[in-house]
Amino acid sequence: MITAKDIRRILLVSGWFMILTFPILGMRVDPLSDNIIWRLKNVMWVGIGTAVLQSLPHLWLLYLSIQAWGIRLWHHFRGTSPHKIVKKKAHRDSLINRVITNPRQRAIVCAVVLLLTIIYPQVVNEYQINIMIMALLYIMLGLGLNIVVGMAGLLDLGFVAFYAVGAYTYALLNLHYGINFWMALPLGGLFAAIFGLLLGFPILRLRGDYLAIVTLGFGEIIRVVLENWTELTNGVAGIVNIPGPTFLGLGLTPSQKILYLYYLMVLFVVLTIFVVNRLQDSRLGRAWLALREDEIACQAMGIDKRRTKLAAFSLGAFWAGIAGVVFAAQNRSVYPVSFSFLESAMILSIVVLGGMGSIVGVIFGALILILLPEYLRELSQYRMLFFGAILVLMMIFRPQGLISVVRRKYDIDSIKAEKKEGGA
Amino acid sequence: MSEPILQVQNLTMDFGGIRALNKLDITVHSGEIAALIGPNGAGKTTFFNCVTGIYKPTAGDIFLTPGKGEKPVSIKGLKPNIVTSKGLSRTFQNIRLFPKMTVLENVMIGRHCRTKTFILGAIFRTPRARREEREILLHSYRLLEKVGLAEFANDFAENLSYGAQRRLEIARALATEPHLLLLDEPAAGMNPQETEDLNDLIREIAGEGLAVLLIEHDMKLVMSLSQRIFVVDYGSRIAEGTPEEIRNNPAVIKAYLGE
Amino acid sequence: MDFDYQYFIELFASGLTKGSIYALIALGYTMVYGIVGLINFAHGEIYMIGAFVFFLASSLLTVLGLPLWAMICIATAASIFWAGGYGYTVEKIAYKPLRSAPRLSPLISAIGMSVFLQNYVMLGQTEKYLGFPEVIPEFDFLEPFATTFSSSDFVIWMTTVIVMLILTWIIKFTRTGKAMRATAQDRTMAELVGINVNRIISATFIIGSALAAVGGILISSHTGSIHYYIGFIAGIKAFTAAVLGGIGSIPGAVLGGLVLGMAESFATGYFSSAYEDVFAFSLLVLILIFRPAGLLGHAETEKV
Repeated sequence: MITAKDIRRILLVSGWFMILTFPILGMRVDPLSDNIIWRLKNVMWVGIGTAVLQSLPHLWLLYLSIQAWGIRLWHHFRGTSPHKIVKKKAHRDSLINRVITNPRQRAIVCAVVLLLTIIYPQVVNEYQINIMIMALLYIMLGLGLNIVVGMAGLLDLGFVAFYAVGAYTYALLNLHYGINFWMALPLGGLFAAIFGLLLGFPILRLRGDYLAIVTLGFGEIIRVVLENWTELTNGVAGIVNIPGPTFLGLGLTPSQKILYLYYLMVLFVVLTIFVVNRLQDSRLGRAWLALREDEIACQAMGIDKRRTKLAAFSLGAFWAGIAGVVFAAQNRSVYPVSFSFLESAMILSIVVLGGMGSIVGVIFGALILILLPEYLRELSQYRMLFFGAILVLMMIFRPQGLISVVRRKYDIDSIKAEKKEGGA
Repeated sequence: MSEPILQVQNLTMDFGGIRALNKLDITVHSGEIAALIGPNGAGKTTFFNCVTGIYKPTAGDIFLTPGKGEKPVSIKGLKPNIVTSKGLSRTFQNIRLFPKMTVLENVMIGRHCRTKTFILGAIFRTPRARREEREILLHSYRLLEKVGLAEFANDFAENLSYGAQRRLEIARALATEPHLLLLDEPAAGMNPQETEDLNDLIREIAGEGLAVLLIEHDMKLVMSLSQRIFVVDYGSRIAEGTPEEIRNNPAVIKAYLGE
Repeated sequence: MDFDYQYFIELFASGLTKGSIYALIALGYTMVYGIVGLINFAHGEIYMIGAFVFFLASSLLTVLGLPLWAMICIATAASIFWAGGYGYTVEKIAYKPLRSAPRLSPLISAIGMSVFLQNYVMLGQTEKYLGFPEVIPEFDFLEPFATTFSSSDFVIWMTTVIVMLILTWIIKFTRTGKAMRATAQDRTMAELVGINVNRIISATFIIGSALAAVGGILISSHTGSIHYYIGFIAGIKAFTAAVLGGIGSIPGAVLGGLVLGMAESFATGYFSSAYEDVFAFSLLVLILIFRPAGLLGHAETEKV
């Protein structure tokens, strides 16, 4: 319920936010006349918005008490006891997690999703296909970063650097040596992985927050070098006329090419999911998790910290590199500006929103964050604002992400059975 | 007396200007249960950290015999994971499990240094990788049965009771196939029944030929378990001997009770 | 070839100026890190907001026709007030709920805050560069040195020295300063002896933000333009300075700022200006690898 004290607090906080946003949102200098343009409406909206947001919990309580009152009334007239229906629900995993852990349901869902993905380009136009290709690309990037951040717990803020390495590998090799997409694909991944190793080797002994800032610095270094090393990269003008992927040397029409790229992306994503899934349940995947949980205990249990971290770092980089090659092939051009820190922040948002360490989570995260701004065009300028807010809000209200990770449950009965066999 | 498994000579550890360990000599023989006791802050855990490679000692030597009939090798200054792979494992005073992993997975981590599968093996699930994975699983499950936690195999480690967490740490340490097990206050926070069970568990482990060195404040447990006791105070060894000798040693009584 | 002393001194002066600004921002990083153990990623954004508020306030006051000195005083006060307000609010929203969360959580939240504030200013103001008024007049007594450094360089150096002295005084001799040092050493213990830790943390954020605002005003007046992105790069560089000096150490932040400023100035002066940022980041990587505790910090051993 709302008391006078609550109202005072709401007004106080709203007032504070109005004061806070007053100069940035409420004023503007006209660059021609140097006069002030007042936009006090904005400030008013901030005040109203803050007040509404703050009252939401109170309204929710109000709703609950009305509901309780209603229930009591209902039972009163029917002559039943209201206490019977208040049964505590046993704790259960979320629906998605229950499906994931059940092999049969999982197979069905996977098949349906795959089928939908295959049909999708037949029912929508080229524009939509292109957007979906973008989303698939980000799923791949997200899954790559997920290995590093979600599983191994290494906050990598320069992930975009490896993406850039992949893209430029293809662009440059094609420009100078005429190497085609299929040759460039493994090379891009490999180069990115080598960069990952080179960077990872010296810095992986750093503490978590230092690691974050050094990777961020590395990402910026790569971008600045791409911008300024004009002889090699053509600077900010970028490299254009990169050919798309070829298909058995057949000449494809532009629309066929898009379709082809789409199915290629689907294939890559499926492959990525397959690999990440296998890694997750392997000796290496467990070591990553353990490393994330407690480095010292992990080492004391015989895990080589450096080797394990390097594996995560370079695998993540490998995937970013491959995604970079695809990106270059899809856009037919690469520019340094595509690889700014904000790109890294966006990929991180995908992983954080979906749920760190969760494959399904990353897929949902990428679909939401890439498709939503595309379809809500008028909101697209607020995109980065939204990503920033997501990082903050998720950490505060749901740090495990939309879909929390389930650990594999081993079938104890089969272990017992096997043990008997082994013993006999 | 059987051959020594751990020989620590002249071990010294300085933190800034503070000498935490002062020329410590400790020898543990294979198959025995030994205990390291001393007042709080005497340097017992620091000793464990130096031996297991978490701290780099300032001076001194540490030798470990990595298996029956083999020559002792120096493990001083080696990384913790190398020390573990040579056959020395430990538990922690303030439990350090992997809370968001299952009980079974915690033990499976211990198998890491005895197995090999890496990136490619994990992705392609080669026959060798499958065999290894099965071995990890069975071995770990067996250890869970040994410490009595098999029924919790699929629960998160953080949901176990305090005593159970301590037992899980022992199982995890055993999974690395050590020749010498270092237990840092295994009975801390346990009730009398749990301590009793722990006593049996440690005896059982030692019965299988493992040497055990424990730090413990529960004197009843120490006296009943150990064949030999080392007493440290202010980083120096002030006594060594059988429980009977230690009980009557005036230096020990002085260290514990003051003047 | 003769050694060009004049050029060397010019580079030295510009390095000193850059370094002073880095030092002012680095102080905020280092104070916050010392007390809550968090890299306050949004700190660079506070610096940028401080510069924007000054720009808006000074434009308004000029339109109203106030004399220059009054305009500078009021606009600076406004800038400090709003920067402090943003610092305080950011802490309350994005960091306070995460005090007991795993280490990565507040860091991710801080990055989110940084991205948010950048775009907030971009949307609220403009994505173009804006001309910033030159607020520092030419002093006559600096005339003989005009070829080497300008009065704005001089003012920046002086301000940094004065601010440093005030800050040292606050931390060494005031009650709040003592409480800050206590909180930095052991938050739980400080709470137990009756220090209002939340208030101290807020005070730290406000002081740090105020310093950032001063830095923002000075550098924008020096370069003559502002942009919503200036906080990001300056923030990373100031963080580099803080780490270089030893994070958590206040003299370290100043020393780190000066060393970084000099290094950048000479590197761009004698090699290439395009790679200015690369020098700074490479320096950061090298320090963290070879001397993670920085020049004046001391290494911590993790308790096991």
